[in-house]
Amino acid sequence: MSSSWSWYVIVLVVLNLVGSVWLLWFTGKRRAGDPAPEQTSHYWDGDVTEYNKPMPRWWIVLFYLTIVFGTAYLLYYPGLGAWRGASGWSSQREHDAQRAENEARIAAAFAPYAEKSFEELARDPVARKLGQSLFASHCAACHGADARGARGFPDLTDTVWHWGGTPDDVLASVRDGRQAMMPPLASAFASDAEIDETVAYVRSLSGQQVDGQLAEKGAARFSALCSACHGAEGKGNPLLGAPDLSDSYWLYGGDVASVRTSVTTGRSGQMPAHGDLLGPARTRVVAAWVHARSSAAKQP
Amino acid sequence: MNAATVDERYNDTVVRQFTLMTVVWGIVGMAVGVLIAAQLYWPALTEGISWLSYGRLRPLHTNAVVFAFGGCALMATSFYVVQRTCHARLFSDRLASFVFWGWQAVILSAAVSLPLGLTQGKEYAELEWPIDILITLVWVAYAVVFFGTLVRRRVKHIYVANWFYASFIVAVALLHVVNNLALPVSWLKSYSVYTGAVDAMAQWWYGHNAVGFFLTAGFLGMMYYFVPKQAGRPVYSYRLSIVHFWALIAIYMWAGPHHLQYTALPDWAQSLGMVFSLILLAPSWGGAINGVMTLSGAWHKLRTDPIIKFLIVSLSFYMIATFEGPMMSIKTVNSLSHYTDWTVGHVHAGALGWVAMISLGAVYAMWPRLLGLQTMHSVKLIDLHFWIHTIGVVFYIASMWIAGVMQGLMWRATNADGTLTYSFVESLAATYPYYLIRFLGGVLVLLGMGVMAWNIWLTWRAAHSTQDMAVLPVVTQH
Repeated sequence: MSSSWSWYVIVLVVLNLVGSVWLLWFTGKRRAGDPAPEQTSHYWDGDVTEYNKPMPRWWIVLFYLTIVFGTAYLLYYPGLGAWRGASGWSSQREHDAQRAENEARIAAAFAPYAEKSFEELARDPVARKLGQSLFASHCAACHGADARGARGFPDLTDTVWHWGGTPDDVLASVRDGRQAMMPPLASAFASDAEIDETVAYVRSLSGQQVDGQLAEKGAARFSALCSACHGAEGKGNPLLGAPDLSDSYWLYGGDVASVRTSVTTGRSGQMPAHGDLLGPARTRVVAAWVHARSSAAKQP
Repeated sequence: MNAATVDERYNDTVVRQFTLMTVVWGIVGMAVGVLIAAQLYWPALTEGISWLSYGRLRPLHTNAVVFAFGGCALMATSFYVVQRTCHARLFSDRLASFVFWGWQAVILSAAVSLPLGLTQGKEYAELEWPIDILITLVWVAYAVVFFGTLVRRRVKHIYVANWFYASFIVAVALLHVVNNLALPVSWLKSYSVYTGAVDAMAQWWYGHNAVGFFLTAGFLGMMYYFVPKQAGRPVYSYRLSIVHFWALIAIYMWAGPHHLQYTALPDWAQSLGMVFSLILLAPSWGGAINGVMTLSGAWHKLRTDPIIKFLIVSLSFYMIATFEGPMMSIKTVNSLSHYTDWTVGHVHAGALGWVAMISLGAVYAMWPRLLGLQTMHSVKLIDLHFWIHTIGVVFYIASMWIAGVMQGLMWRATNADGTLTYSFVESLAATYPYYLIRFLGGVLVLLGMGVMAWNIWLTWRAAHSTQDMAVLPVVTQH
């Protein structure tokens, strides 16, 4: 702040405070010629009038006290223009100190888990609790508090993993994020009928009830357009995040309309990277917790 | 005493129009409030209908209750009060009529443009630039009528209510113009001339003084006429009114930055916002003390006159809200309360408790007098309205206080290992029941407005005449 702005602020503040004190002091005194407290000297609208009683003493004291407190505050903390205050306090420093203190607590709490395997983390009750708390804060907004996901956001409690379900795969998903890309293929079809056929074939892969003749016609187009990513048998490819089309899990819905939309306008799922945000130890703990949800589903 | 007769009548037509629209817009604004409260409890209530989505209706609700309901109440009472305390007809009937129809046009354009999603994105200043220009024109006309009437007054002294109305009119003009300075890029879109932290500061300088001058000074003007009038008692202390008036308008101007504690606003500005908000406590309470002490000596009227109940309870909520405000501006308290529903509760203690109740009391007092009657059609219905409204307000603010403090505590809670104890959605789940209580409180308040509308209609039907009243002769005491 330039010194002229600083003085501008200081002068305005001081004038306002001094003005308030003067107003209170000047008006508080009774002078010769003032109307008596219970004298009503003017009338408006027939019967509206005013007494001139003294201001309540407690109120005057309250007013002075707030001014005294305010003045002291402005000497101790920043406020009077460029004056930084006797305390040397700043919100930046307060924030940095509190953050550093909390970061230290986090670092200490997670350090023991930085090198542990997913199996060890899954067995450790403290690590499980930490993982659940991290999941609630960082993952639940999309995947749900119960980790069961929602339309467009994968269910993490089943055994289906579009990007692979090994500890390393799950860790990579959490740490680096994932960009899924189903391209919009509307222009690749010559007619609506072709789309219907292909959709029917796709749905037949997971054993849904479809028109057999229609699906049969779609098989050729599937191998031309879709098999590069989803595989010749539609079993998917975790390296590309291409879903297995032969299981019963549908991220965007398996009904005709949903599959048709997926085929014609495409889908783009995005899992944001959390490695920089959480640091390696916390990333590992929460990834292990997520991995264990799915492992639990595998148990008979 | 002697009295000089005057051959003039008050312009009560415009007062009747504004009074009626106060009730109409009150019902509309509060109904929208109830709808958005319901949306917070049943989130899918209007799913898929863009113009009924929460984000579009919320500014419609705030604009409708503050500027339509509150604005009409202020214009009705200021025109009523300035004529009667100046013993003169309004300065210009034509301009007064323009103020009425112009203000209704502003409200209607807000009611259309906000649900369409047209907004400047500034809280309480959402309306786009063509509407802002219309507001400015109407406001200048309003000022000309008000000050023109003051100039035509037949009494030497300007009554205290008129100081407050005058400061409200002048300050709102200044706030509106400065905060809405923008560069239009089309008929429906503009960009603020301010950027970054300066934009935020200009916005909350406006935003808090809208509270200070629109919702406080203006309604104190209302209080200073209707409380002594209804109680039949002199105002407690002239000198107290002088001190708290000048202190209030000088100190309020500084309080805006308390909306931006712990943000990118420079520390010095945050401190000043907090310090002046604290110093504002006594000047704010000055008005309440003057009102409550005016009623002392007339307490027995509380038993028979529900209008007095409205006035005294409104002053109580005013004291609660103006105590709570300075406390919430303290940085450490603010770090707990900010962004929680506590703020929402605080605002409604002011809006439903203070602003609405003083306005409802004033409307009940004015309406029969504007129709040549002694009282409203049913005093019992006023009493019923009072109780429904009061219970509704208590439901509303108590649930939001509890919810807000709980949210603040849950958001900041960390475990010993430094992780957050609660996820955001857990705080939302914990808040859920309180949203139902808040909704019920809102329904009660809206029901009360329905009772009022019914009483207003019955009184209108019983009216002897809608002829303007003769200007009362000035009384001088010797």
